[in-house]
Amino acid sequence: MREVAIIGVGITKFGELWDASFRDLGIEAGLKAMNDANLTGSEVDGMFIGNMSSGSFIAQHHISALIADYSGMASQNVPSTRVEAAGASGGVAFRQAVMAVASGMHDIVVVGGAEKMTDVSDEAANSILDSATDQQWEAMFGATFPSLYAMIARRFMHEKIATREEIASMAVNSHAHGALNPDAQFRKAITLDTVLRSSMVSDPLTVFDCAPISDGAAAVVLCPLDAAKKYTDRPIKVTASAQASDTLALFQRNDITTFGATAAAAKRAYSSAKIKAEDISVAEVHDHFTIEGIMALQDLGLFKKGEAGKAVKDGQAAIGGKVAVNTSGGLKARGNPIGATGVAQIVEITKQLRGDADKRQVKDARYGLAHNSGGTGSTVVVSIMEAL
Amino acid sequence: MSVARHWRETPGRYNLVGTKCGNCGRIYFPRRSICPECRRASFGKMEQYMLKDHGTVFTYSVVHEASADNNNLKPYAIAMIRMDDGVLVTGQLVDVDLDKVEIGMPVRAVLRKLGDESHIATINYGYKFVPKDK
Ligand SMILES: [Zn+2]
Repeated sequence: MREVAIIGVGITKFGELWDASFRDLGIEAGLKAMNDANLTGSEVDGMFIGNMSSGSFIAQHHISALIADYSGMASQNVPSTRVEAAGASGGVAFRQAVMAVASGMHDIVVVGGAEKMTDVSDEAANSILDSATDQQWEAMFGATFPSLYAMIARRFMHEKIATREEIASMAVNSHAHGALNPDAQFRKAITLDTVLRSSMVSDPLTVFDCAPISDGAAAVVLCPLDAAKKYTDRPIKVTASAQASDTLALFQRNDITTFGATAAAAKRAYSSAKIKAEDISVAEVHDHFTIEGIMALQDLGLFKKGEAGKAVKDGQAAIGGKVAVNTSGGLKARGNPIGATGVAQIVEITKQLRGDADKRQVKDARYGLAHNSGGTGSTVVVSIMEAL
Repeated sequence: MSVARHWRETPGRYNLVGTKCGNCGRIYFPRRSICPECRRASFGKMEQYMLKDHGTVFTYSVVHEASADNNNLKPYAIAMIRMDDGVLVTGQLVDVDLDKVEIGMPVRAVLRKLGDESHIATINYGYKFVPKDK
């Protein structure tokens, strides 16, 4: 297996982007990443695109061909593959690309992630998100996507793993960082009171416990590590990319205060990177809901079970804390265009490890981790990047 | 969704019919054609099994933002119920004061009308849960 490097990254602004179409966004991110890698385009021999639901959001399937076409790759017949794993679509696409380069099947691969969510009503968008759950045995019976996480939060509080305030502090942390990111959807710091007193979505979770509906795209370019210096003097090494599955429906699990797929993917990733959780200085974790972020910090081993909520509330997940979490603003403040999210996390970690993160730069970071999750932890990807 | 897609699942939806593994005895809901523990050894040995209709609230939430099909019901309680057979099942809690729902509360399953798909002229039925003594 060959070692793999990230040689270029690109990202669009995230938010309600009325004037940008799906293809505009995908192409903007891709071209930025290719430009960052100093590529003309003729070097590219593979593409992977993370996207959850273009069929439902914009009535367009086959977006692998669409993106290849409009990015000028169809003229040289570059193979392009769309990957779907709900919220983990981008992370899985990234991992597919890593494997393609590591195996020697491809040399220069572009990974894109894109979602255009605001061409439908918020209500329709939420129903599409509900389809990441078990449609027949959860959504059909009245469970919404937020309600499943609300029920996890209830167990956390009941079992005294985290308090309501500690759970809410995840959003405060993400917003504080989002305020420093010019590409973020929300660039405003908030207080605990904002989270606790905003309107209820699914008790105990309020609007501010939930990531917004967003448009956006992100892209990265990969190549073999030993060729990376041809394209950039600052390649970032992909030290591990691990994936794991769990049951589709949350009620099929005995314990809902831990996501087995996160723990399994993290274990595989640390083992393949030959590092420990303590070696991670900066992490992008999947906080579609505050409770999901708190739980991830525990399942990734970044904080002990029962301590993550308090640690976040005490500032240990802030820039300068024990581990800087969601320096981009996370899903909550940077925004969450579903298929783009997993790739956007890689973009942020790459910027951090290169020292390109401006006002939100973490000092002397060597290892960065990205945690991308689909549904209720039914598909999880954990990737670890290393500064060289 | 089409009528057939709903009709195929009526034993599970109406009567909480799941599966019991003839190899290890584990119970599953909804139905499965193989046991995730026994896999190949369970093939052809999965039997229909009707859950007992009693259980307790394992966790719950009150839904304030619902999908279009359930919009007329909100706010409503959704819960995961630990059935007496040991499995968890997700469903709505009805005929209950929303402020009185709590973890550990004993409930039983009843057959009710589910979300409204009147736009495609379908009315769906399935289990919901009520306090045990109702
Ligand atoms: Zn079995």
